[in-house]
Amino acid sequence: MNIFGPLWLSIQLALATTVILLLVGTPIAWWLSQTSSRWKPVAQTIVAMPLVLPPTVLGFYLLILLGPDGAIGSWWVQLTGSALTFSFAGLVIASCIYSMPFAIQPMQNAFEALPRQTLERAWTLGASRLDAFFSVVAPLSVRGFVGGMVLSFAHTLGEFGVVLMVGGNIPGETRVISIAIYDHVETLNYAAAHKMSLLLLAFAFVVLFGMYAFNRRWDSR
Amino acid sequence: MIGLRHKLTKGDFVLDVDADIPDAGITGIFGESGSGKTMLLRCIAGLERGANKGGLPVHKRNIGYVFQQPTLFPHLDVRGNIEFGAKRATSHRIDSTQVIDMLDLGNFLDRNPDTLSGGEAQRVAIAAALLRSPDLVLMDEPLASLDSARKDELLPYFDRLHDELSVPVVYVSHDIEEIGRLCDHLVLLENGKVTASGDLFDVLSRVDVPLLAGRNAGVVLWASAVEAEDGLTRFHFADGDIWVPGVFETDAVPLRLRIAASDVSLCRERPSQTTILNVLRVTVDAIQRVDDAISLVRLDAGNQVVLARVTNRSVARLELKSGDRVFAQVKSVTVRH
Repeated sequence: MNIFGPLWLSIQLALATTVILLLVGTPIAWWLSQTSSRWKPVAQTIVAMPLVLPPTVLGFYLLILLGPDGAIGSWWVQLTGSALTFSFAGLVIASCIYSMPFAIQPMQNAFEALPRQTLERAWTLGASRLDAFFSVVAPLSVRGFVGGMVLSFAHTLGEFGVVLMVGGNIPGETRVISIAIYDHVETLNYAAAHKMSLLLLAFAFVVLFGMYAFNRRWDSR
Repeated sequence: MIGLRHKLTKGDFVLDVDADIPDAGITGIFGESGSGKTMLLRCIAGLERGANKGGLPVHKRNIGYVFQQPTLFPHLDVRGNIEFGAKRATSHRIDSTQVIDMLDLGNFLDRNPDTLSGGEAQRVAIAAALLRSPDLVLMDEPLASLDSARKDELLPYFDRLHDELSVPVVYVSHDIEEIGRLCDHLVLLENGKVTASGDLFDVLSRVDVPLLAGRNAGVVLWASAVEAEDGLTRFHFADGDIWVPGVFETDAVPLRLRIAASDVSLCRERPSQTTILNVLRVTVDAIQRVDDAISLVRLDAGNQVVLARVTNRSVARLELKSGDRVFAQVKSVTVRH
């Protein structure tokens, strides 16, 4: 029984999700932190939904949406010729939605903690909005970025329900570590389940510990 | 001339400014809190979204802004903070070594912003704004967040700024002494509207502006120190002399003196046995009632104007009217060092 196959797949999935959420989530988090639009509560609600929805509900809707007859799925089939459901690409999309609040909320909090005047000073000193974001906002929001990335990575790694609904259990394609553990328990192969669980436990501990240790050093600079 | 034309409505408050200010020297904008001073500065800088629909974005306006609270960029050292604007400047008319010398920042360059005092941080913020080589520098009560000791420490730097740089500055304050010390031109702002605008010395000697009728009344004038004696300095003033405590450099450039209207009293006859050193022979030019109790009297002292704040009862008792020759006793004078 290969332990590292499912783990490696999980890590690939988590990395892809984290990178996509960093790219897509940053502008959303920035907009949420700056806007006074009446649509803000609506957007915030949508972003936070995955926190409260059971993964089965989210997975069910995603299954329909990503399926060959769904809005996104049919478009994907036309584009690539293969289905999104029960594929790694489908898992990435599902994970991005499922882990979105974990990426956006820490970034949004960091952006909101930035004094408005710091931003205005950067503008009056000749920085365009984009320039000010990269030269002032980003370096002062490192904590938010690190927090968002670590949390979305770890959360994707531990994801189970949505993956099972959307991805199923295809070795090398959608059989991530949490599914593999479930599988082993179902077949009463406790030894393998133990090994994988312990691996995930250690990994989660190291990642979270790393983040908090980083925050501590960052604060005491 | 620089035209300030700005209109902005926020709730019940309407800012409606139409004024021209000189393109050199320091223009003071004086008003009570809530008169719209900061809003006006933000409009000039393009920071007020409501007033900047389709206008030039902030970073293209080439305007330096010094905020009331000095917020430096904490992730950059002092050098990085100072150079932030210079790196993005379209021209480099202002020399960085000159600014760093002028503001005494040479020893701070490698420090972190959080190790600086409020006054030091404000000096760094001013240097950063200047090195952007702006066409206009806006200062929003840059001394207001400091205690009076820090304020006294920082004021000489503003004097140097005034004397050494040619960039025009708009300086907002609710402290008339600060304005009288630093500014050349004065705009009075009341409830979002300009009520007076002109040369500082002229505006301060008006008696018909309500904003300058209360404790803010007083004139600023130039005088040269002539000699020092008994710890006092004699200034040549109008037709006579004025003695001021403290020793000032004589025969140097004329200094600014400020005489508050509440420090001037009037007598029909020359007072003899008095502790007040400065008695001036003056002519009553105008008398303006401020309220039921108080009047402001404008006095012609040769080629200079002095204001006196007196009670209406005294005006009646002395039967004061314009054209009368009287004596003005000046209790205190402040000098800009």
